[in-house]
Amino acid sequence: MSDEEQREWERRRKMRSVAIALALAALVALFYIATIARLGGNVLNRPL
Amino acid sequence: MAELGIPLSSSRPAPLVGASVADFIQLMKPRVMSLVVFTAFTGLMLAPGQLNPVLASIAILCIAVGAGASGALNMWYDADIDARMQRTAGRPIPRGAVSPEEALTFGVILSIGSVTTLGLVVNWLAGALLALTIAFYLFVYTIWLKRRTPHNIVIGGAAGAFPPMIGWAAASGGISLESFVLFLIIFMWTPPHFWALALYRARDYERVGVPMLPVVAGADATRKQIVIYSTLLVIVAFLPALLNLGGAAYALTTIVAGGVLLARALAVHRVRHGRAAERAARRLFAYSIVYLFVLFAVLLLEAAFGRYLSLSGVSPA
Repeated sequence: MSDEEQREWERRRKMRSVAIALALAALVALFYIATIARLGGNVLNRPL
Repeated sequence: MAELGIPLSSSRPAPLVGASVADFIQLMKPRVMSLVVFTAFTGLMLAPGQLNPVLASIAILCIAVGAGASGALNMWYDADIDARMQRTAGRPIPRGAVSPEEALTFGVILSIGSVTTLGLVVNWLAGALLALTIAFYLFVYTIWLKRRTPHNIVIGGAAGAFPPMIGWAAASGGISLESFVLFLIIFMWTPPHFWALALYRARDYERVGVPMLPVVAGADATRKQIVIYSTLLVIVAFLPALLNLGGAAYALTTIVAGGVLLARALAVHRVRHGRAAERAARRLFAYSIVYLFVLFAVLLLEAAFGRYLSLSGVSPA
């Protein structure tokens, strides 16, 4: 593998890693938002 | 693919620089995904009951990702024949950008993720229907039927017809005659759509041994079947008007658009030789996409307008 190919390989690996990180973060946000949407006002309805 | 400099061979060069994010997006067949999203959204909007807009958005996202997963799994299994067909030689696996193992892993993870999320967040009927769609597309169409029978796309077309039913199930929690009619429209639309394509790609399919109808039964028999299925499609497409799923605008649209579809199907049947025949098939293929889009768009607009009127306190009647 030439130097140029090596650099391109590293660049693409970094982009894939960033994409996976963003997808995981989006999944966390999605489940958080979905929980709030499903529970609605009941989120606050708990014994204190 | 000559214009892309990609050799039409079954050899698969090893990925040199690894896959880019765009390659994985291409694995998900974004154009197919867009039609799936659109028809699923229409089903969701037409269904009785109110789904929270956030949950509705998540449902559509899950259906889109599930469709993308099916695309990736289909490309994984069909990589050998994709490499030898002009239309598909530029896909990520034959191009050597993504390895088959990566595509399989990607498809499986997205399948499990989309079905589980849809089930947990929306409802398990919708989740089960999405799982059925993915399994049907992979096991029934891609693995079982595609390389064995000219009926491959007739039966396999069911996979592409499920999305509005999933959208309907997501919103209403059930399956009804109306959602089955939406399924039936796409189910009847699939054969003439793909047979029109197969008419001018017959040599590609023949070379890789996929028994599409023009390859097995000949072009003339295919033309006859196109006319039969197009007629059935136009009849089925009128059912939403009878079931009050669509209103007057839909009824008028389906008559006009259906008339054009039949005219194009008859042109394919009539013009059988030379470039004119290929042009007729291409025109039917392109128009069939517009036809389906227009039918669902009018249904969607009528549903949106009806909801707007009901929210404004005005009776739609």
